[in-house]
Amino acid sequence: MIFDYNVIWENLPLYLGGVLVTLKLLLIALALGLAMAIPLGLMRVSKSQLLNFPAWLYTYVIRGTPMLVQLFLIYYGLAQFEAVREGLLWPYLSDATFCAILAFAINTSAYSAEILAGSLRATPHGEIEAAKAMGMSRAKLYRRILLPSALRRALPQYSNEVIMMLHTTSLASIVTLIDITGAARTVSSQHYLPFEAFITAGAFYLVLTFILVRLFKSAERRWLVYLAPRKA
Amino acid sequence: MYKLEVQDLHKRYGSHEVLKGVSLAAKAGDVISIIGSSGSGKSTFLRCINLLEQPHGGKILLNGEELKLLANKDGALKAADPKQLQRMRSRLAMVFQHFNLWSHMSALENVMEAPVHVLGVSKKEALEKAEHYLNKVGVAHRKDAYPAHMSGGEQQRVAIARALAMEPEVMLFDEPTSALDPELVGEVLKVMQDLAMEGRTMVVVTHEMGFAREVSNQLVFLHKGVVEERGCPKEVLVNPQSERLKQFLSGSLK
Repeated sequence: MIFDYNVIWENLPLYLGGVLVTLKLLLIALALGLAMAIPLGLMRVSKSQLLNFPAWLYTYVIRGTPMLVQLFLIYYGLAQFEAVREGLLWPYLSDATFCAILAFAINTSAYSAEILAGSLRATPHGEIEAAKAMGMSRAKLYRRILLPSALRRALPQYSNEVIMMLHTTSLASIVTLIDITGAARTVSSQHYLPFEAFITAGAFYLVLTFILVRLFKSAERRWLVYLAPRKA
Repeated sequence: MYKLEVQDLHKRYGSHEVLKGVSLAAKAGDVISIIGSSGSGKSTFLRCINLLEQPHGGKILLNGEELKLLANKDGALKAADPKQLQRMRSRLAMVFQHFNLWSHMSALENVMEAPVHVLGVSKKEALEKAEHYLNKVGVAHRKDAYPAHMSGGEQQRVAIARALAMEPEVMLFDEPTSALDPELVGEVLKVMQDLAMEGRTMVVVTHEMGFAREVSNQLVFLHKGVVEERGCPKEVLVNPQSERLKQFLSGSLK
């Protein structure tokens, strides 16, 4: 087997453009997803059914359906309705980038909300009692004790979610975007070299994953030292 | 006037009544030890004072101010005014059996947290106070350590510093040495003894008969949710009147 380096070399700009698209999709989706996940996670640990149930239903439906189905529903499905096509949001909803980011953000918000809820539930009860006994209000208890502690403990699990999301962004290529996978598909179909095209895409994902893992490791070293064994 | 007054406190779990009208009154500088076998309701009583447990009847007064209570459906009392409860809790610092330090904060941050975010003290002042109190309980050298990296005795002393930093009217201690290894009990009791000598008002649920006898000036013996005997610890412990206390002491004092 002969690996055709030249084609890959020639198409490197296409791949690098793809890396930027992938990173753009990932970072915006993660930022929006996390912003949605915090209120959702808090709702998921609420004793009030009025708050808990909608959040439960949301995370159940989103986590219970494939990402690709959600993306198709938003990008292709919504366009079927006249009201949507004539609505104010149509300029956005007809845009593949917008739809992909929206779908990814919704998806990651559901998973992140459950990660955060699990972490909130695992807060040692004594720490909550101590905060109450010191006279903290509920809002302060959440802002000063529960959330800072739960967000830190959620880091290792959240890093997995981020890596999964990086890989999930490859679905954007199906709705016409030229991300890393999109670049590979273009190269593959133009040169009939699927192996070279996709192994290169794989290599890019591998490098990005490696960088993300390193970033999360250093974040854990910064914010989770208190859980680490004591250094001699 | 009493600093802390608890009148006729009742508490039940389902149909099981764990406190059947317990009262207590502490003047400034009083150190009250509450003793009793496990299940006697002594920890529950202490936890009702700052409403970590909901009592079903009774009155709680701090400096003559009555905590306004409201009964909910099943008869448990909760604070009518959350703001009042928060204010009273901040004047009633509590030290727990399992320390309950905030694990994501260093010792120093633990001590500074409530003064800054509950009392509204400036960061600078809170830092000075925190260092002062950590020094006082002898753990200033561990101020940057996280709770999980400290011994139980150190953690409990940080927890005491955290309570002291609130400059409370009354300190509540819920079996502060019960979770400690025997060789660490002494360092915590020593700190508590120093606090008592300074004239701090303390209510201490304890199994340490030595502390109860030597440090406190009032002893309350709880049995099955009622006060069986109370009085000056030296007299009560040397010359117990009730059968129950005699039994209890013969089991615990060797």
